[in-house]
Amino acid sequence: MFGFSFKPRNKGKSAQTAKERLQILLAHERGGNGSSPDYLPMLQRDILEAIKKHVHVERDAVDIRMERDDELSSLEINIELPGGRTVQSSASS
Amino acid sequence: MSKVIVVTSGKGGVGKTTSAAAISAGLAQQGHKTVVIDFDVGLRNLDMIMGCERRVVFDFINVIQGDAKLKQALIKDRRLDTLSILPTSQTRDKDALTSEGVEKVLEELREEFDYIVCDSPAGIERGAQLAMYYADEAVVVTNPEVSSVRDSDRVLGLLNSKTKRAEESGADPIKSHLLLTRYDAKRIGEGEMMNVEDVLEILAIPLLGVIPESTAVLRASNVGLPVVLDDKSRAGKAYEEAVARLTGEQIEMRIESEERPGLFQRLFGRTA
Repeated sequence: MFGFSFKPRNKGKSAQTAKERLQILLAHERGGNGSSPDYLPMLQRDILEAIKKHVHVERDAVDIRMERDDELSSLEINIELPGGRTVQSSASS
Repeated sequence: MSKVIVVTSGKGGVGKTTSAAAISAGLAQQGHKTVVIDFDVGLRNLDMIMGCERRVVFDFINVIQGDAKLKQALIKDRRLDTLSILPTSQTRDKDALTSEGVEKVLEELREEFDYIVCDSPAGIERGAQLAMYYADEAVVVTNPEVSSVRDSDRVLGLLNSKTKRAEESGADPIKSHLLLTRYDAKRIGEGEMMNVEDVLEILAIPLLGVIPESTAVLRASNVGLPVVLDDKSRAGKAYEEAVARLTGEQIEMRIESEERPGLFQRLFGRTA
């Protein structure tokens, strides 16, 4: 679900990994002003408010995660509903 | 025409003060009238690296606040008569540094010196911003390590947006140079450290020099000698060449490790 990979990496080639990680990160950081999108907390609040109109949910029931990759960034929103059901939604850009 | 050069990096501990000391001493050694200013208010250290810590009477902040004349605060280097040091204050007051004050002092220094080297504090707060604001050129000190490269990228963004040259229409942008320090050829050979090409590909600015990881740097700071004056060390030589490039000389880039292993070390050194 989160796309973490634990591929065994060649020992002694960590420099290559460092370079690739930097290239991906900086491609994102250079686009915006800050290091991570600053609209996420606001988005979280808005989503929570929208849901509250219909169902009662706790403040920390909304979980927003962002995965940034070379080609694709994805936003994953998890909302925990009372009664054990979970609504999942994900968007990619 | 005098030049204001900021030595900056974002990340701390990469060798800004060592580099500012070495570059200013190197420029002075070439005969240029040079002054080096410590912008790290509250954490004065350039004086120790330059070996003049016992001669500090007045400082940069005293001059800005009008408590001392610039001439009183400037310390003449005892080894190079073309070199002066303007130490910073140990005050904890962060607002002591003002934009107007810095501008006024720099204007006054421009009348007397060919090169004004500004030793920036780490971070991107007020001190670092003011150190870069009036600069004509920047030396971005970077280690071949992920957090240092990331911070250097951030600082390059600030140099291109939050400086006088960036804000003034019609002005040429700040000329930024990369100074790669703590370069460990052995670890690079083993693929455990990014090499010059890797870092250049990411940061995409011209390379000023590569300073090998060296025991000479700590030795020089122990005794308060800018490492460029230790002409036997490879780090000192590398700084000398970087300074020559800064003044426009074309020198071939040679990248060496500090310790040249002997036969015995080459045979058995790996296990050490």
